[in-house]
Amino acid sequence: MARVVVDVMPKPEILDPQGQAVANALPRLGFTGIADVRQGKHFELEVDDSVDDETLAKIAEGFLSNPVVEDFVVRRLPA
Amino acid sequence: MRIGVITFPGTLDDADAARAVRYAGAEAVALWHGDADLRGVDAVVVPGGFSYGDYLRAGAIARFAPVMGEVVRAVRGGLPVLGICNGFQILCEAGLLPGALLRNAGLHFVCRDQRLRVERTSTAWTGGFEAGAEIVVPVKNMDGRYTAEQSTVDELEGEGRVVFRYLGANPNGSLGDIAGISSADGRVVGLMPHPEHAIDELTGPSADGLRLFTSVLGSVLA
Repeated sequence: MARVVVDVMPKPEILDPQGQAVANALPRLGFTGIADVRQGKHFELEVDDSVDDETLAKIAEGFLSNPVVEDFVVRRLPA
Repeated sequence: MRIGVITFPGTLDDADAARAVRYAGAEAVALWHGDADLRGVDAVVVPGGFSYGDYLRAGAIARFAPVMGEVVRAVRGGLPVLGICNGFQILCEAGLLPGALLRNAGLHFVCRDQRLRVERTSTAWTGGFEAGAEIVVPVKNMDGRYTAEQSTVDELEGEGRVVFRYLGANPNGSLGDIAGISSADGRVVGLMPHPEHAIDELTGPSADGLRLFTSVLGSVLA
């Protein structure tokens, strides 16, 4: 078994109102110097060794992300 | 004329969609998400709600339901399909319409009576409207901000495939005030506002929405 991480983020040109809301809240909470926040999704998959990178890419592109508005990165974590 | 109305786990507006179908004078046929069977219907409505709890993304899981495989197949043969709200999100996720619906720019769930302009009448679902007609139907959603690559929006605008546009304040920050779009052949239409809630002045802000359902009768019988 291996642990695979898939990070999904809104594309840079896509308006991210949730990230903006977090960014706008930080100064009110007394945290300064944070210029921008983008909010995405983080998936952790427990994957059998037989699952190849191509399959993982298909899962990330065809299901976990929507390529119209999101980018994704797939990483295998070291055991 | 038989019009199918799909129910997924978490669908809310299937009863009102079926009522709108009956008001229009057609037979409403209940379709179940788990059945790969359209029961021979002449058109399909994918109604609103929160299919699969909107988990992952609105519409992302519903698009893989067995019934949606049949819808995608039937669309290739010209089946008229109307996606309302969550149904619009599902049609975009399924690739039957371009673009995506994202969280409202104001981060609020917006629920109000909304003025719209009917921009395209050469679709299976809007043939009964006058071009440029202004209508009022409810809008109620959290993820209604229509977004697509600029090239896609340019294509939709250039080909006249923007079917409905918000009038007055845009409720969600959608590009170009887009409220609804169609496929190139006009058989598939998706919109965020809810025409099925505006079919009788006793129970809605107008009866304007009924015309989508009467329009499809004309288009199928023609």
